[in-house]
Amino acid sequence: MSKCKKIVKRYLFFLLLLLLNALLLIVEPKLGREVISLSLDNLLEMLSIIPPIFLLLGLMDVWVPKETIMKFMGKDAGIKGGLLAFVLGSFSSGPLYASFPVAMVFLKKGVSLANIFIFLGAWSTTKVPMMLFEITQLGSRFALIRFGLNVTAIIVLAVVMEKTTTKKDAETMYELASRQSGED
Amino acid sequence: MFTKILYGTAILGLLISFVKDKAKTKLVLKKAWRSFENILPSILAILLLIGFVLTFLDAQTISKLLGADSGASGMAAAAAVGCVTLIPGFVAFPLAASLLAAGAGYAQIAIFISTLMMVGVATLPLEMRCFGKRIALKRNILSLILAVVTSCVVGVIMS
Repeated sequence: MSKCKKIVKRYLFFLLLLLLNALLLIVEPKLGREVISLSLDNLLEMLSIIPPIFLLLGLMDVWVPKETIMKFMGKDAGIKGGLLAFVLGSFSSGPLYASFPVAMVFLKKGVSLANIFIFLGAWSTTKVPMMLFEITQLGSRFALIRFGLNVTAIIVLAVVMEKTTTKKDAETMYELASRQSGED
Repeated sequence: MFTKILYGTAILGLLISFVKDKAKTKLVLKKAWRSFENILPSILAILLLIGFVLTFLDAQTISKLLGADSGASGMAAAAAVGCVTLIPGFVAFPLAASLLAAGAGYAQIAIFISTLMMVGVATLPLEMRCFGKRIALKRNILSLILAVVTSCVVGVIMS
């Protein structure tokens, strides 16, 4: 019963929309049918594109050795460390807020501020499965232009953040990270 | 064509993974399925919502609200939605594609996607707890500024 409840809760918004659509079918059958046919078309198109993207996501999650890469991102890592931070962020999965705890672990291990922000930027915008999906949905021209601009933006952001962060703020950041309990 | 390459790469990767390590491959499939199942409710809901939007708002209305000629106000509206909401990319892209096809402008769509990804008002309290108040605020404000700049450039190049 509680499992059923959980499912209903997760799909609540969808079910409400379905209900709304059912009402529409009664009141305005023509409009209701149009909503359904538009939605079904989109659903079929998505289902034809999505399987390989999720497989790649799973492959990356399991096979990319995060621990090893992390070791190379320390304070004196230079360009190579930045590149690794970028790759690590791009090959991860999950929403941006899921990256905060990971970034805290990095801070605890002495990763530089610039690399932390490169990592956050890459995690938020240049994730590989997302890029692939963006290309299928919005076209390669749009996706690649946005990608190029965003990489620039990520670097600008990382540099500005590192240069403008006062010693006190940086200390707060490292201290918050060191207080974080759990995985190390 | 691109989709075929995607399928090819995924199948090849899966085969290599299977040859190298069966247990890990099982984990790959499990993770793939879990991430899909995770966003399925939002995908279904958004697809239906797109159906509603496209049925009730004609292309003229959409292009008036978010079209290339909607200019700064269209961009501000798109950015506001992008900053405040927490929509996963797998849901946002189909929505963006439908809006584009229905007459929205490239700059407006770009700023919606960029702010959605980089700026998180809803998760700001969490970010502050993780990195400190000032750093979190600064990262979000800078991200917003950069999103505005890059989206304008996208708009110029695409038009």
